Amino acid sequence: MRLIAMLAIVDCNSCYASCEQIFRPELRGKPVVVLSNNDGFVVARSKEAKALGIEDLQPFFKVEHLLRKHNVAIFSSNYPLYGDISNRVMTTLRQFSPNVEIYSIDEMFLDFDGLQEDLNEYSHLIKQTVWRDVRMPVGVGVAPSKTLAKLANHVAKKHRQGNGVCVLDKPHKWEWVLRRLPVTKVWGIGKRLAQRLAEFNIYNAYDLAKANPKIIRRHMNVNVERTIKELNGIPCFALEELPPAKKQIYCTRGFGHKLTEIEPIQQAMSLYVRRAAEKLRKQNHLALTIHVFIHTSPFEPNYYSNSTTVKLPYPTDDTRIINQAAKQGIEHIFKSGYRYLKAGVGLIELVDKKHFQFDLWHKGQPIKSDHLMNIVDKVNRTHGKGIVHLASEGFHKKWYMRQNFTSPAYTSRWSDIPIIFC
Amino acid sequence: MSIRILSAHEARTALWAPYFISKVPAGFPSPADDYMEQGLDLNEYLIQHPAATFYCRVSGHSMKDIGIMDGCLLIVDRAVEPANRSIVLAVIDGEITCKMLDTNQQRLLSANNQYAPTPISAGSNFEVEGVVIHAINSYVGNC
Repeated sequence: MRLIAMLAIVDCNSCYASCEQIFRPELRGKPVVVLSNNDGFVVARSKEAKALGIEDLQPFFKVEHLLRKHNVAIFSSNYPLYGDISNRVMTTLRQFSPNVEIYSIDEMFLDFDGLQEDLNEYSHLIKQTVWRDVRMPVGVGVAPSKTLAKLANHVAKKHRQGNGVCVLDKPHKWEWVLRRLPVTKVWGIGKRLAQRLAEFNIYNAYDLAKANPKIIRRHMNVNVERTIKELNGIPCFALEELPPAKKQIYCTRGFGHKLTEIEPIQQAMSLYVRRAAEKLRKQNHLALTIHVFIHTSPFEPNYYSNSTTVKLPYPTDDTRIINQAAKQGIEHIFKSGYRYLKAGVGLIELVDKKHFQFDLWHKGQPIKSDHLMNIVDKVNRTHGKGIVHLASEGFHKKWYMRQNFTSPAYTSRWSDIPIIFC
Repeated sequence: MSIRILSAHEARTALWAPYFISKVPAGFPSPADDYMEQGLDLNEYLIQHPAATFYCRVSGHSMKDIGIMDGCLLIVDRAVEPANRSIVLAVIDGEITCKMLDTNQQRLLSANNQYAPTPISAGSNFEVEGVVIHAINSYVGNC
């Protein structure tokens, strides 16, 4: 009978790059990179690409010659594929624990409380099963708290002897790791916090674990105090059943090329509004206020950036109403003579739909709007995102992001399924 | 008009919705109402491990003698353990193909006498990508 309850974090190695290798077995073991929206930056690299010295978040144009020289396979982001593969990984992982939390597209926490099996063997079984069923390589970190499990996972990745698994089930094991990691590697501790901790002579993770939690709480915040407890094997961050509803919903994108006229910006804004409104309806909220912004490139002279908030006529989740308000906002802040790089919309004051009551004196969303939005969402869900959208998005989206290296959506479009030569 | 085909996971809920013979609540109910079973769901029949299952399209004739025809749809399951005489998607030296596995003689067999067996040599980077559990040949429309 295990004395300390353990939990695991399982995460995909080089997730997007690995996704691109699933249906391209000839690319396994080869350098692969994936570019961000707009083919702007390198956002994922396979192990072999990392070994070539290609660093994370490098602008594509800067590393292009290096990529071509080494015959690196280049891909644009293929979110339909990554989303589907992620679902498959999560589904496969669920069989290993009754209590799980999807943390991000490539990470899941699993509750190991009550597990009788040997932790190392079980973790290896998880790795082998995910590889067998989905062809995704994963790393497994096991520890008594989320913070320690994340560190264990980090060790699992860096140290070849573990073979992608690291179990920190005893204090001497995790203390060995804490002494060898800088405090910035700890979950929740960024550069800024690290600088402030240095003032207290806290440099590595072990220093933080041994710091006085009450003093730290007084000078920083309660989460750092919890982190200290977690570094000592005391779990404070529980596995969450459901992700909390977002308090603000933003949709922001850079344009494929710089825009100088207001019309294409309004078209792009209609798309961002549609996306944000879909998320709003999904979490059953209504918006009271929106925030819109546009700006030019901060790397070019003549920088212009402006934003404004617009109050909606009544609490709503209707794309058309929000779109109208966003249009007004853009008209208000747009200035000609500038080359705009990016725009975005945020739905910032949200209320829960079920808690909101309309009455004779408080104008509200007509039931017809509810029905229309319902149908639009249903059709978009069944037949493909964006099939039903506002005409104001425009037909020839000249501003849509660049994607020159997209792979097929192998698992979600009939036209894209792999062809096998027999 | 082109209809977008539902993906496997969506169809799972669409096809099994039970229905009633009589639409109108008033009047005589159908004697069968109490005995109606759920509709037959092809996904349930065909797919055992959804997370490990994917589809692909066949191009070529080397497996025609067991009914895997050029242009047909294959349902491949990675979670099934390949055994002797399994139809598998195999990777040899980076190339994926569909063949029958012969573990006794360590080779891959075609189902077409114009194709010779392919030996699986030690250095050929051989890997099974999944077991073909169904082949769907369509006789109407674009397959």
